[in-house]
Amino acid sequence: MSLLAEINDKATARGIPLAAHMDITWRCNERCVHCYLDHDGKGEMSTDEIKDVLRQLADCSTFFLSISGGEPLLRRDCFEILEYARALRFNVKLKTNAVMIGPKEAARIRKLGIEQVQISLYSHRPEVHDAITKLPGSLRRTTNAIRHLKANGVKVSITNVLMKYNSRDVKAVKQLAAELGVNFVVDPTITPMLNGDRSILSLGITAAELEEIMREDEYVGDAAEDCAPASSHDDDVLDGYSCSAGHSLAYISPFGDVYPCVQFPMPCGSVRRQTFREIWYDSPAFTELRSVRVRDLHTCSHCTHNASCSRCPGLAYMEGDFRGPSSVDCQKSYLRTGIPSAAMLGAENRVPLIPSGLVQISGLQRAIM
Amino acid sequence: MASTEMYLTQSADIASRTLGDDTLIMSTLDSTVFVLNSVGTAIWNAADGATPLSRIIHERVCSEFDVTDEQATADATEFVDELVKHGILSISDTPVPQQEAP
Repeated sequence: MSLLAEINDKATARGIPLAAHMDITWRCNERCVHCYLDHDGKGEMSTDEIKDVLRQLADCSTFFLSISGGEPLLRRDCFEILEYARALRFNVKLKTNAVMIGPKEAARIRKLGIEQVQISLYSHRPEVHDAITKLPGSLRRTTNAIRHLKANGVKVSITNVLMKYNSRDVKAVKQLAAELGVNFVVDPTITPMLNGDRSILSLGITAAELEEIMREDEYVGDAAEDCAPASSHDDDVLDGYSCSAGHSLAYISPFGDVYPCVQFPMPCGSVRRQTFREIWYDSPAFTELRSVRVRDLHTCSHCTHNASCSRCPGLAYMEGDFRGPSSVDCQKSYLRTGIPSAAMLGAENRVPLIPSGLVQISGLQRAIM
Repeated sequence: MASTEMYLTQSADIASRTLGDDTLIMSTLDSTVFVLNSVGTAIWNAADGATPLSRIIHERVCSEFDVTDEQATADATEFVDELVKHGILSISDTPVPQQEAP
């Protein structure tokens, strides 16, 4: 177990929100076709409100902080917020499309000691990338920004979100990342909109394309290990949790609403009405979420994949029951191993399996956040 | 090697947080992670640029932990040297003014 994994386990055992994801705006200068947010900026927290939340998070021992959006740099106070977060000694990652980052901004990001800048890049071809972002010139501006960041010594990671429009460009984007000298992550995840609209899932890659990605060492690490049939599960697995959402991770929206994760829109409270500490430790929603172990999951507890499945409770929640299976993760386990999940076996005679082309998966990144 | 009359200052190029008795530190320069135990945490939290190491050892280590002054001094200087080597702490023979935390 890595040192950070050990720390995450300790944080979970002690009830510490080690990581927080904070969207400081949902406004954006791009209109990505697969985006799960609306872009309404009305009612965003003020600078002082955000600073207050950051102090509260630091008081609760939060260490990892992702500042994201929308496009966070659209806020005029974005650098003020970043500077404040760094003064509070957070480990800060900035998620941005980077189109507003020039040499001056890149130097400022470096000076602030931002741990990493995470940028979505969809294709090496402007006609594809710009069609997805709906912002003409966005690929050129994003790649220029990456060069400015690299010239200043900032760590950059690009995420290649795969859709039916760009999936065949994945190798070329990986090559571009190598040329730019940045980390590359492939993400075949298309998430339903937070308002429940699932129509954007139709943009996802096909099951065959997903299977191909999952069997490539260059995308998943050790594909042979990743695709091996699950080992038999034991009490340690059954007594464990699905993921860190709500256990050591919290999400805070630009409006002060608190959720277990950006992909898990179960309302837990608002920092405009309560302190973060009260929400984290006392809200009925967090308390209920933390009471659920793998053995309590009505279908997944007896699934052969439960020791290795990347089951996302947030996606399960968006399907109607966070104690239930996440059908896309069932599909992923099936494609990895060729063995149907318990939900698939139980559902065979009731509802059809997910049709090809409606695939979304999560959890390929084995990171702490 | 750190002298006990040196003043310790935490680097600005780090992220850090105390989690119970331990302190988690990550260098923003090379992402190296350090986890300090309770004694290390006591020294780290006292590294304010204004308190000499000798006083930190006396007031924060010997008075709080079951350790002799001699052993505490040996362990603390070794600990400080290690953090200085990684750019996590800096040492100075004069007090260093610090910015107030938010």
